[in-house]
Amino acid sequence: MTLDAEMAEIAKVFFQESREGLDAMEAGLLGLGDPSDTETINTIFRAAHSIKGGSATFGFTEVASFTHGIETLLDEMRNGVRPITAEAIQVLLQSCDCMREMIAATEAEHPLDQSRISTLNNDIRHILGERTGDAAAKPKRESVGAPAATPTGWRVRFEPVPDLLRLRNEPARMFAELARLGELSTEADTSALPLLDAMDPEACYLSWDLELTGRVAREQLDDIFDWVDPGCRLEFIPLGDLPVPVPVAVAKTPPPSPSPITTSSPRAATEAGSIRVDTGKLDSIINLVGELLITQSMLSTFAEGLDPGKLDTLRKGLSQLARNTRELQESVMQIRMLPISFAFNRFPRLVHDLSRKLGKTVEIKLTGENTELDKTILEKISDPLVHLVRNSLDHGLETPEQRTAGGKSPNGTIELGAFHEGGSIIIEVRDDGAGLNKKKILQKARERGLVAADQELTDDQIDNLIFMPSFSTADQVSDVSGRGVGMDVVRRNINDLGGTVQIFSKEGIGSTVRIQLPLTLAILDGQLVRVGKEIYIISLLAIVETIQVSQDRLSTLLGSSEIFRLRDEYLPVIKLSEMFGIEPDAGTAEQGLLVVVEADNKRVCVLVDDLLAQQQVVIKSLESNFKPVPGIAGATILGDGAVALIIDVRDLIRAAAQRPEKSNAMLAA
Amino acid sequence: MSKKILAVDDSASMRQVVSLTLKEAGYEVVEACDGLEALEWARSGLVDLVLTDVHMPRMDGITLVRELRELPNYKFVPMLILTTESSQEKKMDGKRAGATGWLVKPFSPPQLLATVARVI
Repeated sequence: MTLDAEMAEIAKVFFQESREGLDAMEAGLLGLGDPSDTETINTIFRAAHSIKGGSATFGFTEVASFTHGIETLLDEMRNGVRPITAEAIQVLLQSCDCMREMIAATEAEHPLDQSRISTLNNDIRHILGERTGDAAAKPKRESVGAPAATPTGWRVRFEPVPDLLRLRNEPARMFAELARLGELSTEADTSALPLLDAMDPEACYLSWDLELTGRVAREQLDDIFDWVDPGCRLEFIPLGDLPVPVPVAVAKTPPPSPSPITTSSPRAATEAGSIRVDTGKLDSIINLVGELLITQSMLSTFAEGLDPGKLDTLRKGLSQLARNTRELQESVMQIRMLPISFAFNRFPRLVHDLSRKLGKTVEIKLTGENTELDKTILEKISDPLVHLVRNSLDHGLETPEQRTAGGKSPNGTIELGAFHEGGSIIIEVRDDGAGLNKKKILQKARERGLVAADQELTDDQIDNLIFMPSFSTADQVSDVSGRGVGMDVVRRNINDLGGTVQIFSKEGIGSTVRIQLPLTLAILDGQLVRVGKEIYIISLLAIVETIQVSQDRLSTLLGSSEIFRLRDEYLPVIKLSEMFGIEPDAGTAEQGLLVVVEADNKRVCVLVDDLLAQQQVVIKSLESNFKPVPGIAGATILGDGAVALIIDVRDLIRAAAQRPEKSNAMLAA
Repeated sequence: MSKKILAVDDSASMRQVVSLTLKEAGYEVVEACDGLEALEWARSGLVDLVLTDVHMPRMDGITLVRELRELPNYKFVPMLILTTESSQEKKMDGKRAGATGWLVKPFSPPQLLATVARVI
């Protein structure tokens, strides 16, 4: 890779890092308030500081100069010079947004929004009290009386402090640098050298008289001696054209700083070491591990057919391979896992801004932020969560007046929580607002013909009606929610991830939306089923139960479609053999098995010939290797090398519902 | 044998820029993401030069320099501070802690190399 290409790669890291820095700034700004908490403001400052330094290094000067003002403000805040006001926080939050846009625009090489930048710059300058000029003007070194013209040479008197060498400021190296500028003659003064027994071997006892011939600017000398201790005596006397010696005492010792530099006490190491890995690379590793899993299961199948007595060792080895493979797979999958805080962290800001806009006081609580889930799921769950939280803020939580009137605390609470349950992740969005108006929902559902006039529903069933397509109870479209994206879209997005969503509410007490998600999209706990000679896989999560066909509970509706009575429910029967055009076993209709599967709160029975093993299968996409097939979610390779198709239960149910002769009203419940 | 440099910065991109520049010039580079990590590393490893950022979580660059100077092996190792502050006062803070010198950010790769060449 060329140097430029490598720099471009590093710039990508910088963009990503800046976004993380901005997230940290935002979270910090929202959490500011406790004056004794110095770490938060320091963290915010550091983030701004890094963005400034990085953007300057990469040549993004506009980002650097915009960040400079913010950094100055934050620096004054952390040093206690500038009070932390609500107004300043607001401006800083807006600046974070602006920086985020600037960074995105810079990365995409788009023009920057200059008017917004200058408006915010003015706001920041206003807070800083117009004292903006002094940052630029910094006297480099005392250059009073230094001649403007370049002399023909310099005489330098250098009497270092004894400590000079301790910090590795080697006079020899400085002289070597001087010698590069012109002709140099040096004379060491050894008069201060003590006797050997009194000598400190680490100290410097020498001083020098140097004479440099050549047109050398004063700045070049300053630069070379820049690092020497201010206690050193250093005189520069120009030679030649300018006869008047201008002895200059170098660098006065600066006044002791009023507040020593904040030495942030080492924080408990909460953040584990992390690496940034391209997801493409990860996917290829995951793919390979999948192949390994398949090989292992192939070998196991092979071993089963062999004499167990002789091949005990092989079996042992295989079981070890199985364990190792599984462990390897688990740890590789772990790489794709990210804490849900990546999705949660935007909410404090969102709630802060929205509640201001709505005139509500709302506190947000996050729990289980370290719960990890697959990166892809994480990315896709973010928008549905935003919608749910907006909904809670807009429709769920009441105004402070309403809450006080209802005998509640004027401050509303929204809680976002995540935790593991079985093999799934549960995310809950809970509010202590008014809850759903069941009467209104039922009325609307009846108006729209979603529920029959005489149909009785349980409270939970009523609540969950809001996930039906185009169902909204908002009396008026507000600025916050009601943007045409309803709860049905939320449900669809979650379903697309293989998850489910439900809502529970109590009037006057609040509501809870519960999202269940799979841990990963790449592996599935599958039930192998046989139809004729073919093997299909059904996700264990979708299977409710499996029962033997019994003719007296099977009835044929108009045409050929059948329904099965399971306790008090009538479920459509789907024959995989018919759907996929396979010859089933003789007598399946009498002796086959019915697998009851559920998706979107709808159930159907799937008629199969036999149930085989349950095993984890690696999902191979049909879309990328072949083409999308309705009713099939993907394929996998079994231990004997055969390809088995994975059934898309939701698709199957949808297909069943589309058959016109089916009684859909029953499914809708 | 090429000279070994310990580069300390909490920003991965800055670390990579510094590291890339130095490696291109033939130096060997050890990276650390904050003062504490650098200090831990330095307890068992030795380098010819330490280059450190100032503002870092857990342990800042000034403290790092001060702590490193306490280690017998690092008593005479040159240490340079990379800082965005060009004020004399801030530089002197580094000096008092035991830094050899400083380099003001932003810097170009040639500036970095010239500065490094000044001490090793």
